[in-house]
Amino acid sequence: MSNIPAELKYVSSHEWLRLEADGSVTVGITEHAQELLGDIVFVELPAVGANLAADEQAGVVESVKAASDVYAPIAGEILEVNAELEANPELANSEPYAAGWFFKIKPANAADLDGLLDAATYAAEIGA
Amino acid sequence: MTAPKRTPLFDAHVASGAKMVDFAGWEMPIHYGSQLKEHEIVRSDAGMFDVSHMTVVDISGSDAKVWLQKLIANDVAKLGFEGKALYSGMLNDDGGVVDDLIVYLTATGYRMVINAGTTEKDLAWMDKQSAGFDVTLTVRRDLAMLAVQGPKAIEKVCAVKPALADAIQALKVFQGLPSGDWFYARTGYTGEDGLEIMIPADQAITFFNELKAAGVAPIGLGARDTLRLEAGMNLYGHDMDETVSPLQAGMGWTIAWNPEERDFIGRKALAAQKAAGVPMKQVGLVLEGRGVLREGQKVVVDGQEGIITSGTFSPTLKHSIAIARVPAATGATAQVDLRGTLTEVRVVKMPFVRNGKKVFE
Repeated sequence: MSNIPAELKYVSSHEWLRLEADGSVTVGITEHAQELLGDIVFVELPAVGANLAADEQAGVVESVKAASDVYAPIAGEILEVNAELEANPELANSEPYAAGWFFKIKPANAADLDGLLDAATYAAEIGA
Repeated sequence: MTAPKRTPLFDAHVASGAKMVDFAGWEMPIHYGSQLKEHEIVRSDAGMFDVSHMTVVDISGSDAKVWLQKLIANDVAKLGFEGKALYSGMLNDDGGVVDDLIVYLTATGYRMVINAGTTEKDLAWMDKQSAGFDVTLTVRRDLAMLAVQGPKAIEKVCAVKPALADAIQALKVFQGLPSGDWFYARTGYTGEDGLEIMIPADQAITFFNELKAAGVAPIGLGARDTLRLEAGMNLYGHDMDETVSPLQAGMGWTIAWNPEERDFIGRKALAAQKAAGVPMKQVGLVLEGRGVLREGQKVVVDGQEGIITSGTFSPTLKHSIAIARVPAATGATAQVDLRGTLTEVRVVKMPFVRNGKKVFE
């Protein structure tokens, strides 16, 4: 049974989003995604300052099993990336919703978040 | 679609927290939590793999020896005493690899262990080749098989089977010990010391639980793949198949050319390939930077192409390694098309890891 925190937003490509107090949005991959990938051994993150469109590739996760793209779930500018995760990729396995976050993005349009999946809808999508 | 088959150890896997997946038509454990941790346990301590999905075939009959001398590329005449093991390819007329296997000399003839995914094809091929020979093939689905591998594997098996400890410890590499319906062989697929043990199916779970209590961790197929790749060992259907010659798959050492009059299947084709010059060879690739080499990626060497046949992240070395088939003239470096970027890799002689340590230059 996957952990799917109720307070987060989700997209079908298995990223989660958390709206922070300062209006920025933190993005990571879900527990379900890390379960599918298995042990994660490398993470490639986007460049800080990059302006990404929604669904544009924002990075790569390499696990023992496969390489998988990570997408920007909403359009915006990359504000910060998780250097700790680059050094310790297994954080995406052990703490996918906390220390295993990928990047922070400044949404081009704050309303974009409203159209994303809530926890219940994402849970239904993955059959959890 | 038929439902996936289950080995006699299925319930023990589930009870040990395994994530089960379909592998060659069998429901098998891919890991019991973390593939990386399981890999590390086999390199430093002792782990056990359920390999009961592989097929044990007993071969008897007055023609068993001459038949095997025709059937496989290595020569069973090398098997000098009961329990001795031999690794070989079983080839087709074109010299392609039908399967790779281990054959043991037994009291009643020979015992062969073949791959799970190739079993039906292999049995049909062997049946076809047996016309005119007095041989009987008996598939031993009544046996389970556990590979116990790692620097402490033998010590821990002996703790569970104290009456056999002296005999097991006396086994040399590639040598087996029959004990009633059980068979202990000092073979493996990890690059570590250890045993592959055949067990009557109804005793398999008890033995699994005894080993577990003795500190042998269950290991999934995921770690089995990274361990064998570090050990530079081929995986059938990936590093070689019916379209690939053993001469291009690092299996030249398994072809017994002498005596010259032994006419094994595929011999003529291999001799012709050797005479014409073998255009490709098998090498190891090492990527010390970021990224992971994967099966199917293109290898570029001076404008010529090769292919990665198995690739992974090496948990022991902490970087990526691969087995590749490359042009024969390939030197010390090559380039790999890594998700659209040509990336330089080192070309090395395998294995990558033996007995827990890096071995290539």
